[in-house]
Amino acid sequence: MTPDREQLRETARRVAGAVADPEIPVLTIADLGVLRDVRVLDTGIEVDITPTYCGCPAMTMIALEIELALEKAGLGRPKVVTVLSPAWTTDWMTDEGRAKLKDYGIAPPPKGAGRRALFGVDTVACPHCGATDTAAIADFGSTACKALWRCNACREPFDYFKCH
Amino acid sequence: MTSIRLAETPLLTYVLRRADDALVLGHRLSEWCGKAPLMEEEMALANMGLDLIGQARALYTYAGEVEAKGHDEDALAYLRDERAYRNLLLVEQPNGDFALTMVRQLLYAAFADPYWRAMMASRDATLAAIAAKAEKETAYHLRHSAEWVVRLGDGTAESHARIVRALEKLWPFTGELFETDDVEREMIAAGIAVDPAALRDTWRGTVSAVLARATLTMPEDGWMQSGGRGGRHSEHLGHLLAELQSMQRTIPGATW
Repeated sequence: MTPDREQLRETARRVAGAVADPEIPVLTIADLGVLRDVRVLDTGIEVDITPTYCGCPAMTMIALEIELALEKAGLGRPKVVTVLSPAWTTDWMTDEGRAKLKDYGIAPPPKGAGRRALFGVDTVACPHCGATDTAAIADFGSTACKALWRCNACREPFDYFKCH
Repeated sequence: MTSIRLAETPLLTYVLRRADDALVLGHRLSEWCGKAPLMEEEMALANMGLDLIGQARALYTYAGEVEAKGHDEDALAYLRDERAYRNLLLVEQPNGDFALTMVRQLLYAAFADPYWRAMMASRDATLAAIAAKAEKETAYHLRHSAEWVVRLGDGTAESHARIVRALEKLWPFTGELFETDDVEREMIAAGIAVDPAALRDTWRGTVSAVLARATLTMPEDGWMQSGGRGGRHSEHLGHLLAELQSMQRTIPGATW
């Protein structure tokens, strides 16, 4: 790749990576690990993204936001490609992303996404006070990626970004 | 709008069967929107439906690529008639009461969970990638439906009786989960599919463990219903498709 192209790729990657998740606006798609690759081709820029959950409705929005962001930055309209393999996992979320989630009041997913026991017990620390005396209210929360929990110490309810 | 006709190859049929399972069950769950017994359940049913419809979208998109005749996910979902649908009879059964919906989910998820896990090793890279997502989602569906079956089975006399009725009603539809025909055998031989018969012990183990906790007895295997994989459906699928497809059939190509 020529230096110009390499520079263009870096710029495009930065611009695309800064697009915020429409459901969790404190996270960018780079934090989430949804942005997989950016290529500069003769025909234009191609951006690969990967879905978090199969049915995540935010994916269409994210693709549109990437197109808008690159156009606004004067890079032309990119082609946004959805890639399925390798499958996204919460392990791809950056440490910075995890810290941002916690500050936002959402318990971040633990690292090392593994199999869940059929009647399993998770320990999830409260993002508000840090206590581990917490309990699940519902396994399915306000979006596909979250569960609803409650802290028995500070009595606050909170969202938990499910391990996936 | 007239229906589309497909020249089905074994791979296309195989993918459509799984896509139709996911879409039809996802649509059934969406019928609970606004009517769930509790707020948390409203969210859970919609979330599970969304996962399934998401799986269906990925599978239909792939089916369109396999067919290579320009049919996208929407064409395959909205423009095929009842007889062209290849889903299991189990997933098209009406929601009934909440107990029936949860038993139906348990019986399907207890199969889909080990199925997708095994499919992660498929020689078909796209199916393996879809499987890697679906198996994690299905693990949540299995746990959620299992917890409800335990709660209701081990609950009041009324909830127990309803779970028993649901089990009796749906059990004859479980034989189809493990059926194989020429299409399936060809895909198994090619390393693309997993043999569903090999998952039967896992399925029975999961279901019997849940039923034992729920103070329920495993029903005896008797006459098993069959036909969905070949497009011979119960009377319920046509009604479901009439609702699902009405917009695209009335205003072809409508977008929003």
